Amino acid sequence: MATNIEKDTVSGQYTTGHEWDGIKELNTPLPKWWVWVFLASILWAMVYWVLYPSWPTASGYWAGTLGWHSRTQVVHDIEQANAAKAVYLAKIRDASLDDIVKDKDLLNFALAGGRSVFNENCAACHGVGGVGGYGFPALAVGQWLWGGTLDDIKTTITYGIRNANPNSRQSEMPAYGGGDVLNDSQLNDLAEYVLSLSKSSKDPAAAARGKEIFSNNGCTGCHGENGEGSQAVGAPALASGVWLYKARTPGGQKAEIISQVKKPKGGVMPSWADRGLNEATIKELTVYVHSLGGGK
Amino acid sequence: MSILKHHAKFETNVLLLMVGILVTVVIGGLVEIVPLFTISNTIEKVGGIRPYSPLEQMGRDIYVREGCYLCHSQMIRPFRDEVERYGHYSLAAESMYDHPFQWGSKRTGPDLARVGGKYTNDWHVRHLTNPRDVVPESIMPTYAFLHRPLDYHDIVARMKTLRVVGVPYTDEDIATAKADLEAQASADANTDALLKRYPKASVGKKDRTSDKITEMDALVAYLQVLGTMVDFTTMKPDAIR
Repeated sequence: MATNIEKDTVSGQYTTGHEWDGIKELNTPLPKWWVWVFLASILWAMVYWVLYPSWPTASGYWAGTLGWHSRTQVVHDIEQANAAKAVYLAKIRDASLDDIVKDKDLLNFALAGGRSVFNENCAACHGVGGVGGYGFPALAVGQWLWGGTLDDIKTTITYGIRNANPNSRQSEMPAYGGGDVLNDSQLNDLAEYVLSLSKSSKDPAAAARGKEIFSNNGCTGCHGENGEGSQAVGAPALASGVWLYKARTPGGQKAEIISQVKKPKGGVMPSWADRGLNEATIKELTVYVHSLGGGK
Repeated sequence: MSILKHHAKFETNVLLLMVGILVTVVIGGLVEIVPLFTISNTIEKVGGIRPYSPLEQMGRDIYVREGCYLCHSQMIRPFRDEVERYGHYSLAAESMYDHPFQWGSKRTGPDLARVGGKYTNDWHVRHLTNPRDVVPESIMPTYAFLHRPLDYHDIVARMKTLRVVGVPYTDEDIATAKADLEAQASADANTDALLKRYPKASVGKKDRTSDKITEMDALVAYLQVLGTMVDFTTMKPDAIR
């Protein structure tokens, strides 16, 4: 192709020198500012190579004159954040739970911290916001197995339930099934009675028979004369209508009750002191759980 | 500008352009390839990392098969928010026996690099069976089909293959693979030998819905060992700097 570079009279730029069917193309250079930024970026990259970890070498890598390392950086970041929180955390550690709840500043700090700790550690079982789930107690409804005061909640979180920690809350419901203690029709009557406590039984005659079974087999010892439960031994209040093992199908609650009487399940909760939460964090968590709607 | 005029030489001379491209690619290639020869400097010298037990390896293969890595990463980056949420940042050593590694690049679900021991076996089984049962707002698919029996007839072949690519399984490990797998997944087997070969392995039956060894047993055994091998309480900080 013929090359005939000429100066365009309108724009003052040179052409590429090519021509297609009478159409010529301007060879406009890149804007100067763009070229300088481009060159400056290359220069900056070279400065960066010197200051920061960059090129591989035969035995490792060039570590940079600043000595920067992502792993020392994160340690530094965590130290700084901890230092920033330390004032409040020390106050929370040393204050009583009642004082934390009364002090608006401390309460706000504790609720924010408690919420993030809850979501990371507790929500997997108790649900976001403490809604609970099958076998995992709801924390927001005001029905407590082991007590819902600030101190009760703190003890439960610190030591847990039915785990290896010697201070953990312990209790075991005896099994009444297998035909040794109660046969199937007795279990049915007993379940009807338990349902009647929350006014959900449809068989008053069976419930009446069940009431006797309830008193004669020692159920009242833990669950109370009228199914009010006992927080000292973690015995659920049967009259509350709040079920730990809530049936997933309508009308299925009776089967759940029978199954629990025959072969009781006992939930396990870890000791959060053993799992590395410190005193201040547990207090934050306590205040947060107490605030979910069920706190006493 | 004079420098642009020089650039025109590359643009108008095919040979010069090819030489220029070659130089550029060689530099880029060296930067990526040279570190592979010095990788022993990259892998931290920390204690406790061992190859996966046969059951864990089967669970890992299920993890890969089901594409868990598409939503779950296994890489805690050295940032404060990640370290505070998930635990100590991941070390290169912790995935040195992973073929392929499961670092992932997408977190629809949480990072799993240190999920081991965080939840109970029962929780994992219920969660995999129907995630909504334990996490109502979860969007994870249901993996209830993992209750089916685990097919582990080829466990020896799998371990031998891994040995070819550098996982240090001994002849003894491979000879006892089947027995080890069965011991780890049963409720009352003698696991002394297994735990000597694979310390910190999570033993015992996980999936109570079946008497057979199920895929659920394998996957949960794998999840329960993730991130637990290095004992950070006794590790010297210099080992990872």
